[in-house]
Amino acid sequence: MTTIDSTIDTDELTLTFVAEFDASPTRVWELWVDPRQLERWWGPPTWPATFVDHDPVPGGRSNYYMTGPEGERSGGWWQFTSVTPKDGLTFDDGFSGPDGVPNESMPTTHSSVALEPLNGDPTKTRMTTVTRFESLDQLEKLLEMGMREGMALAMGQIEAILLD
Amino acid sequence: MVVETLTNDEIDRIFHALADATRRDIVQRVIHEEQSVSTLARAYDVSFAAVQKHVAVLERAHLITKQRHGREQIVHSDMGTLGRAERLLRQYQDLWAGRASRMDALLAEDDETTTQNDPPSKGPTP
Repeated sequence: MTTIDSTIDTDELTLTFVAEFDASPTRVWELWVDPRQLERWWGPPTWPATFVDHDPVPGGRSNYYMTGPEGERSGGWWQFTSVTPKDGLTFDDGFSGPDGVPNESMPTTHSSVALEPLNGDPTKTRMTTVTRFESLDQLEKLLEMGMREGMALAMGQIEAILLD
Repeated sequence: MVVETLTNDEIDRIFHALADATRRDIVQRVIHEEQSVSTLARAYDVSFAAVQKHVAVLERAHLITKQRHGREQIVHSDMGTLGRAERLLRQYQDLWAGRASRMDALLAEDDETTTQNDPPSKGPTP
């Protein structure tokens, strides 16, 4: 896997992430539409995701929750705005309460995923995901909700300690 | 706008810079208000040269910047580089990097299955 490009736009609160895979777009598509496969990569190992519903058709919805190390749960929902098998999809992503009921008052994240053969080679895939946030508070909450990993987190903690 | 993630070298420099109590204190002071190197030297009752060394270490870690102002050297916080939007988007970028590598690992299992002639129905190992 090669991350060929990753761009953040602090004005538009957008992340564009491009990765290349040594598999066909058809195979990579399965990782998105089969909930059992999706669960194996969406959440980090410390906060695995469980998709209770997953209906990747235009207007279809998904409900999922992520389980933290202490057994705590954070819920979310997706609503698919467009779905083109093997080529890509777009969806809105929001928060749910502990009962799994969508919290419509919270801002939603808008995501698009595009899959294409890499340089015309049908056995390889370039995946471009674009994620747009409505507010920084929302992004912060998403990251708190078990999605945080890696060094960037440590950097944030260092900053918090120093600003204390 | 392209922002690269921190390299291991950069992370090493940041941790090394913050591993010293005086240097942590310098960073905390200049976050609140810019300070001259001579003011800092008086605050810690150490030599100007000693403070200059600390400042140089912090500067290499991109935690502070230094500007010459007449005869004075003024130390500013460089935490703007870790501004909130950028910091949060970078964290989200790391999140996607983790996802992509897990996707890659799942796809690699397909190859193993093919090589080992395992029945495809065996499914993923937990």
